[in-house]
Amino acid sequence: MTDLLPLLKKMLSAPGLSGYEGPIREIIREAWEPLTDELHVSRIGSLHGLQKGQGAEPRLRVLISTHMDAIGMMVTGIESGLMHITQIGGIDHRILPGQPVIVHGREDLPGTVVQPPGFLLPDEAGDGPVEMKYLLVDVGLRPSEVAEKVRVGDLVSFAQEPLELSGEALAGHTLDNRVSVAAATLCLESLKERLHDWDVWAVASVQEEVTLGGALTSPFEIRPDIAIIVDVCFAKGPGANDWQNLPFGEGIGLGLGPNIHPALYKAFETIAKEQEIPYTNDLMPRMSGTDAMAVQIVAEGIPCAVLGIPLRYMHTPVETVSLKDIRRTGRLMAEFIASLTPDTLETINWEE
Amino acid sequence: MTTKLDATAGKVPEIGPSQLDLLEKLCNATAVSGDEHEVRQIVLEEIRSIADDLKIDALGNVLAARSGQGENRVRVMLAAHMDEIGFMIVKKHDDDLFEFERVGGIDERQLPGKPVLVGRDHIPGVIGAKPIHMTTAKERKNKIELSSLRIDLGPDIGSKVKPGDRATFATRFEVLGPSIRAKALDNRLGVATLIELLKHAPDNIDLLAAFTVQEEVGLRGAGVAAYAFDPDMAIAVDSTPAYDLPHWDTDDQNVQYNTRLDAGPAIYVMDRATIADLRLVALLTETGDHEGIPYQRRQPGGGGTDAGAIHKSRSGIPSISVSVPSRYTHTAAGIARLDDWANTLHLLHAALSRVTPDLLAGERRD
Repeated sequence: MTDLLPLLKKMLSAPGLSGYEGPIREIIREAWEPLTDELHVSRIGSLHGLQKGQGAEPRLRVLISTHMDAIGMMVTGIESGLMHITQIGGIDHRILPGQPVIVHGREDLPGTVVQPPGFLLPDEAGDGPVEMKYLLVDVGLRPSEVAEKVRVGDLVSFAQEPLELSGEALAGHTLDNRVSVAAATLCLESLKERLHDWDVWAVASVQEEVTLGGALTSPFEIRPDIAIIVDVCFAKGPGANDWQNLPFGEGIGLGLGPNIHPALYKAFETIAKEQEIPYTNDLMPRMSGTDAMAVQIVAEGIPCAVLGIPLRYMHTPVETVSLKDIRRTGRLMAEFIASLTPDTLETINWEE
Repeated sequence: MTTKLDATAGKVPEIGPSQLDLLEKLCNATAVSGDEHEVRQIVLEEIRSIADDLKIDALGNVLAARSGQGENRVRVMLAAHMDEIGFMIVKKHDDDLFEFERVGGIDERQLPGKPVLVGRDHIPGVIGAKPIHMTTAKERKNKIELSSLRIDLGPDIGSKVKPGDRATFATRFEVLGPSIRAKALDNRLGVATLIELLKHAPDNIDLLAAFTVQEEVGLRGAGVAAYAFDPDMAIAVDSTPAYDLPHWDTDDQNVQYNTRLDAGPAIYVMDRATIADLRLVALLTETGDHEGIPYQRRQPGGGGTDAGAIHKSRSGIPSISVSVPSRYTHTAAGIARLDDWANTLHLLHAALSRVTPDLLAGERRD
């Protein structure tokens, strides 16, 4: 059994900003190679891995959809050797000043997002948050060197090293959603050792943070009978203590709402209870904010379940997760998939 | 009188790999004002064998003297503060998250989303922020208040951390091309410079090195150090902001840059705490001109260094400050140029070598 921490750290070691997932895709490919029978890349860059089931052909298909793309930034201009930036995906500008980043220019340049002193900003900025358009990136090089190495349109990724906290917690950037890719990897590993009737298609999808482009296109190609979407969900933490927030490190979020097929929700709930895997209902009264929004409406429609790994400080470079919840998610998926028989599909119905 | 005949005394100090290693060690150490232990230990280790007289005073200042040779030696005090801005844990909440207070001048806007190290064991933690998904556009127009921030050390921290523990940003020292990026460059640059000057002390003076405490909370260590040394003159060695960034409106010029990177050591003429002694301004600028060492005059204005406390000590001590310019002072990660640091060291060493009793003899002519 793979040790989760090194696997996860490896998954955090490469960028993979939305639309530029190449570096992380290669790392996932390496992890999935020994666990799958087929591995290919979709026309827009998602990684598809097939682990064949042992049931009689034609076999039913379950999709595990985990997005691999990361939020980040892009260079919009260069002035006096400092770079202006814009965001890729949703970033609260208030967490940016002082963040270590890498500018992916003609070579990778470590730098920092900096907040210029007040007298260099418009008066209305006052002592309030500084808008992203006024923040700069400093890579410690002189203007002439920057001009040679950096161009408008270059990517800027977060560079905070992961930190191990007490109680098997890990803090870092891009845990959204590499923790789910890691959970899917644990699931594939577990299923490799046991019999399962259905074919398992694991997908590391692209562009979730911007257009859901990967989640819309991979299921179209794979045509799964059911889909499990794994993403992070909101853990309780400072300033985050309402119904949307799940306890940290105390179990998986089981999505409940219009993006989720009720029979699949029930099936997961039953398995979780049987296996004594702790979970909390993750209430999603409207859209789930995950790949399920897209997967559900691909082709003639696909029944979806959403599993959430509770995460603190989402979309900051210190996102914090409990390793226990990642393992639980991998295990719950494996148990669910191992329980699937050719007859199961008929039970994913509307006879409530 | 002791005469120390070692290899480095009097020679021109250089910045090489071992000086960089020392600076790295100093920057990565934690020494929040009032708890300077870690840096003090590094300083003691470095200077124990070369100081003629060494003591730690009542506040925790390290006072090291190195005597020169010959008659009429001027007693020159050099002060570099060891402390840095940081945090103190003030309360453990029921959810195992820790409330904290700032020590020294830190902009609240620099806090969200930062890793920190807590206590003497450097226990890692993070200052998180609410997910953007749960904020409103209106909310994002206001800064995230300190009172809403917590340090998160993970769910199983138990009693390893408690109120009273100090914390700093977790930034690790790094060389980026011609620059250094680190936390606490203010004032580990000064501490490292002073260690080198002590190791290479010129013979014409008695060098009285004060590695001071509590500069960031009101220049508290330097005054008592000056009293104890009773020097003829003093130089505070510090790091000062370089605000040399472009104005948001490109038609406007930045006229308040304070100092600029790549322009050499910043010689103070006036800040909010001190009007530099004009004889010492002349000593430093003339040294730079004579030796061909680049320097800049720091724009007169705000800020203050240990010189603010030193010049008012006893019956008055002619004082000045010299700083290594650095960007983004008092944030998680400052940036300074290696060349500026080297030139600061060279300028100070050359200036000290030129100090004679004549410099301060007779009545001061303003």
